[in-house]
Amino acid sequence: MKIEVRQLTKRYKSQFALKDVTFTLEGSKIYGLLGRNGAGKTTFMDILAGNIFQTSGDIFINGEKPFDNRNVQANVCLIKEGNNFKKEWKVKEIVRLYGFFYPKFDPRLAVHLLKAYNLNPNAKVKTLSKGMESALGITVGLASKAPITIFDEPYIGLDAAARKQFYDVMLEEYENERRMIIFSTHLIDEVSLMFEEVLILQQGKLALQKSADVLREKIISVTGPKEKVQKFVTDKQVIRKKEFMGLMTVYTFGNRQEAEAQGLEVQSIPTQDLMIELTEKEREDRHEAII
Amino acid sequence: MKSILDETKPIFLQIKEQLEDSIISGSIKTGERVPSTNEFASYYKINPATAAKGINELVDESILYKRRGVGMFVTEDAKQILIEKRRQSFYKNYLLPLKNEAKKLQISQEELQEMVERLEQDDEN
Repeated sequence: MKIEVRQLTKRYKSQFALKDVTFTLEGSKIYGLLGRNGAGKTTFMDILAGNIFQTSGDIFINGEKPFDNRNVQANVCLIKEGNNFKKEWKVKEIVRLYGFFYPKFDPRLAVHLLKAYNLNPNAKVKTLSKGMESALGITVGLASKAPITIFDEPYIGLDAAARKQFYDVMLEEYENERRMIIFSTHLIDEVSLMFEEVLILQQGKLALQKSADVLREKIISVTGPKEKVQKFVTDKQVIRKKEFMGLMTVYTFGNRQEAEAQGLEVQSIPTQDLMIELTEKEREDRHEAII
Repeated sequence: MKSILDETKPIFLQIKEQLEDSIISGSIKTGERVPSTNEFASYYKINPATAAKGINELVDESILYKRRGVGMFVTEDAKQILIEKRRQSFYKNYLLPLKNEAKKLQISQEELQEMVERLEQDDEN
């Protein structure tokens, strides 16, 4: 599957939710779509799933526009953080509906997950707790086997154990049959190791798109005596700088071996920290040049 | 073997080092099968492509070889190659830090030498 996003813009009155965003997603990868609140993640996913229409620009899924396009929509399953389902419907009716809509739907997996999450097929959605409703979303999202499966913060109300179970099954399903999974979450530390590629949105713009391992390789945290560190970063772009007890730590784009050769301590930067640093409001001007 | 990975290093590198350590220590022997990409992914909850990158680098370095449809196996020379590689970085990875720490603590060359000799005596006892 290939998603091409071209100068995509979505405006609500005078407020831009997405502003001239261009990128391409391709292949059966697990993408992490990250960003602060209001960065435009949900708007993007809604346009991708054909739920809403952009103000300007284009989005193509395998060359076709998603809005009002049944062909495309049968390939895209979006599970949001809530209100995925009609309140009066029963769990089993929802499973049946998804099975009807998604050609590759796996009923056995759905039944297995309903059991694993202790969901009663005869219960109505309105009687489910928040966590149970999330579990239902995860169940049909995974079982849809849609070539593009999108999870937008899908686990409100799910406890840590249930989330872990979700990650396990997601990875297992991905191993059995590769598909594109776009995962948006604020619990980055829990999932970042599963991402193959990371996109960071900031105030409606794309701040970064990179392979997760390249990020861990190229953007490094360097610590050492102040003068040494300053010397190391003279010709480099610094994302963050902090000093403590005579030692200086900088986040920078640099070469691990080069820093180590100068006797500096080098670490990768956890994806979550990187997202926070890159989207820090007061620094936003400085980051314009990064990408 | 580490039971969890961390984000202080690229993940594929950690997978690679895990395998190297296991081969050097002998917990995986010549000719034995190593875990598959998916097995690594499931165990560590990481992206299979990332695990594959670490494994493939070991294939390129003749540490592992692929038997189609069966899996990845440790080559005949794997242990020797790895020991050679580790020997080459031993000075940089172990002796230089040792020297730096000793300098900080004002431990003289002679004292250091004595300590190394003491190590050998302890070994014999």
